[in-house]
Amino acid sequence: MAVGKEIKQKIGSIQNTQKITSAMEMVAASKMRKAQDRMAAGRPYAEKIRAVVGHMANATSEYRHAYLQEREVKRVGYIVITSDRGLCGGLNTNLLRSLVKDMKTFHNDKIEVDICAIGQKGVSFFNSYGGNVVAAKTQMGDAPEVSDLIGSVKVMLDAFDSGKIDRLYLASNGFVNTMTQKPTVNQLLPLEAEQDEALSGHWDYIYEPDAEALLSEMLVRYIESQVYQAVVENTACEMAARMLAMKAATDNAGDFIKELNLIYNKARQAAITQEISEICSGAAAV
Amino acid sequence: MAMTVHCDIVSAEEAIFSGLVEVVVAAGVGGDLGVMPGHAALVTALQPGPVRIVKQNGEEEVFYVSGGFIEVQPNSVTVLADTALRAGNIDEAAALEAQKHAEQALENQSGEFDYSRAASQLAEATAQLRTLQQIRKKMGMS
Repeated sequence: MAVGKEIKQKIGSIQNTQKITSAMEMVAASKMRKAQDRMAAGRPYAEKIRAVVGHMANATSEYRHAYLQEREVKRVGYIVITSDRGLCGGLNTNLLRSLVKDMKTFHNDKIEVDICAIGQKGVSFFNSYGGNVVAAKTQMGDAPEVSDLIGSVKVMLDAFDSGKIDRLYLASNGFVNTMTQKPTVNQLLPLEAEQDEALSGHWDYIYEPDAEALLSEMLVRYIESQVYQAVVENTACEMAARMLAMKAATDNAGDFIKELNLIYNKARQAAITQEISEICSGAAAV
Repeated sequence: MAMTVHCDIVSAEEAIFSGLVEVVVAAGVGGDLGVMPGHAALVTALQPGPVRIVKQNGEEEVFYVSGGFIEVQPNSVTVLADTALRAGNIDEAAALEAQKHAEQALENQSGEFDYSRAASQLAEATAQLRTLQQIRKKMGMS
């Protein structure tokens, strides 16, 4: 039947899209579960190293590491973690928007900003938006490794050591639950020393070789583990956001198909009615 | 029964071991060290090498770590293992690569550009579809 041929075609094409989005939804769901496991697996390390660093920082009170000292802020660094791929709702946009707001306040105070972009979306955003990107890392895949991050983190730590930047922030998405991801900006350096009165001064480790060298090594590991955790968490967020976005797309496609079907049927019926009335009036004329 | 101490071996990517052990032998930067229950509190860096533990039932297990730290407290031992081989020049090379990557990304925008163009085309097509849809609706209603 000639009526509604285009509509039929449209329905077919939307059905194909729906198949793709529903497949992507399922893939994202299974990847999200793995990313969440990875998030949980890295947590003990972060907790342990935090405890040791905290203790060492308190125990060696006569020596203050540069990472623990607040200094006047002339330039700040950001490590920005985004996803490599799109189609994950407003995940990256929300993060970058809150970041830009932060950067504006720094700009108003005449403080410059250096950026280390992790993830393709961040890199291309700062390409078009402008911004001093000093280090970048992309294409880490679904299972990022610490070794992927050492380089870009080192660039920022070196900048901090040499006094180029006076503060280092970490911007990434926090995984609240499957439905919610929260863009967060945390200060990495200088570390806010936790003053634990119960621990300080009572006992101390034996250090081998010496406390200062160990502490600075350990602090580097600590920062790296923080960044790694953030990357893994961001991956989980990406998958969750993609899952939601694809679910919404699949649902929308379903609604769309339903509507189009209704229109198609109406058009068909109208055509039939018209034909009948034509035949009737023709017969009446005869 | 032999005395035991709680031992955790963790890396940034996973928890490798957690449980009661009789002794932990690790390769510290100052030489191998064996840690038994009640050892004085100690922190030291580790060399790449094996970490050997003897579990409660006398069973031995060996893990390879590519560096890291060991933290000893009288009632617990924690091995903070590195997952990657670390050395000054390797780290330096990685840092250089990250910087180079940033520069390249700034120069070479074509890959992402194509994507954004495709995205805008998609948006346009969707808008057209929507318009078509509304027209059809109107015709259907009338």
